[in-house]
Amino acid sequence: MDNPITHSPDFFEDNSPESTKMLGRSLFDRALTALCVGLSFLALVPLASILYLVVKNGLPLLDWSVFTQLPPAAGMNGGGFGNAVIGTLTMVGLALLMAAPPAVLAAVYICEYDPKGKLSNAVRFAAKLLTGVPSIICGVFAFAAVVLATGKFSAFAGAVALAVLMLPTILLTSEQALLGVQRAYREASYGLGATRFQTISRVVLPDAAPAIMTGIMLAVARAAGETAPLVFTALFSQFWMSSLMEPTASLSVLIYNFSTMPFEHQVKMAWTASLVLVLLVTATNVTAQLVFSKRHA
Amino acid sequence: MIATPPPMTEKTQSAPAAPQAEDILDVPQLPGRPDIITVRDFNFFYGKKQALEDITLDIPERQVTAFIGPSGCGKTTLLRNFNRMNELIDGVSHTGDIKLAGRSIWDPSVEVIALRRLVGMVFQKSNPFAKSIYENVVYSLRIAGTRQRAVLDETVERSLRGAALWDEVKDRLHESALGLSGGQMQRLCIARAIANRPKVLLMDEPCSALDPIATMRIEELINDLKKEFTIVIVTHNMQQATRCSDFCGFFYLGNLVEFDRTKQIFTKPREKRTEDYVTGRFG
Repeated sequence: MDNPITHSPDFFEDNSPESTKMLGRSLFDRALTALCVGLSFLALVPLASILYLVVKNGLPLLDWSVFTQLPPAAGMNGGGFGNAVIGTLTMVGLALLMAAPPAVLAAVYICEYDPKGKLSNAVRFAAKLLTGVPSIICGVFAFAAVVLATGKFSAFAGAVALAVLMLPTILLTSEQALLGVQRAYREASYGLGATRFQTISRVVLPDAAPAIMTGIMLAVARAAGETAPLVFTALFSQFWMSSLMEPTASLSVLIYNFSTMPFEHQVKMAWTASLVLVLLVTATNVTAQLVFSKRHA
Repeated sequence: MIATPPPMTEKTQSAPAAPQAEDILDVPQLPGRPDIITVRDFNFFYGKKQALEDITLDIPERQVTAFIGPSGCGKTTLLRNFNRMNELIDGVSHTGDIKLAGRSIWDPSVEVIALRRLVGMVFQKSNPFAKSIYENVVYSLRIAGTRQRAVLDETVERSLRGAALWDEVKDRLHESALGLSGGQMQRLCIARAIANRPKVLLMDEPCSALDPIATMRIEELINDLKKEFTIVIVTHNMQQATRCSDFCGFFYLGNLVEFDRTKQIFTKPREKRTEDYVTGRFG
């Protein structure tokens, strides 16, 4: 099939006087795209190098015994940090139990019940202020409120400090999660004769759950790594935990203590504890995401 | 502007109000009364902005009534008043009255929950919940506390058949409703709305996001449903109004310009503005 009618060879060039700029514009477009991709990789550099360092330095001492043994005394070899793992899990878990229910319920109130009310605005303002409060202040607060009142450093006091730290994060991310639920879902539910409670519990919360869970996990990850609030409240302990009302070891404080020691073994152990902490946070995160994405589907 | 209610020649043929409305609202039987919704001197405001002016009309029972008019004319606002959905918006107010089967829907003895069970709604954008097809249909029963499996199963089949969706989904009732096509989702929303046997079904541009074939199926469905339900439909589509409605109200700038039999509105409208709109000269 040959077609005798052909288009002018300048077909692509002659439609506008500015057509020559086309090349320039698409070059600019590509350059900016390349810049964005490049900068995205740059943002990965710190994360990758931290992970690399933690794995490289932490892996040599990582074996089962670090979970089953107590920390070695200064200058001694061997040992582990089983008590610190348990201490961190206990305090973060307890803090989560203390912070998550009130934070999520408060988010439900300020988002669903009275979004423009005075109380809601006050809660929102307070939560935003609280997120900006340095974690050491949370530690000092828990020291004054719990340690001084009970007369001793304890896992409970540590959990209170962490709970104060987690509360605003969970509250604000939960509010965003609830705001993200489509208005159409709410209308469908109300339109079928549901009460506000039924609409929230059957439609709004299930829909927002994965996003709320992400917020909770962010708060958990942050709390698990906090040292300052625990130094004032849970302190540290060389021994296995036997009650919530006694000084308790935690991974973050152990890392802080050991990394500043002049002994090579303790410094290595601090690296291993860092690796364990990173793994714990990642494992919780992944589990939570899996459970919730499954339940949602 | 007050539109005269249309002549009611079919008054005597209409069946008296079905028993369920009385069960819930406890209204006395009104024999021979064919108007299920009566609107009197109704004004509606979003904050200070008036959206509806002095609306007076009667919606006949077990007929399809269409509201037409350009965007922003108040037809959806009026529709959303029939089940008090507008109260979910802050700062709204009204004067005048709307009665359902003879009783004001703002009467203190009328619970808004009971009202919305009697006056179901299908929205412009289909909005199935992120649940299974089955759970979507039985939502209104679940929230009312129904647990008997047999009742739920029976409702699912009856409602899905009613919405002409049963044959397409009967083998995957427990799969997510979000996997359905747009037209199927909208029919699922209709099934969900008729599951607890409302008396009135409000439809807010139910076909505006659907292709012509899905639209045709919904229109056929509307014709079937009017045997059992009173239907009020808001539409931008004139052909749709002529195809599936018995009565038609033309709204303009918050006023009800004309309300009459659909045939009358589209062939011999009394108002010049109605004629201009339905013939496409403005709108």
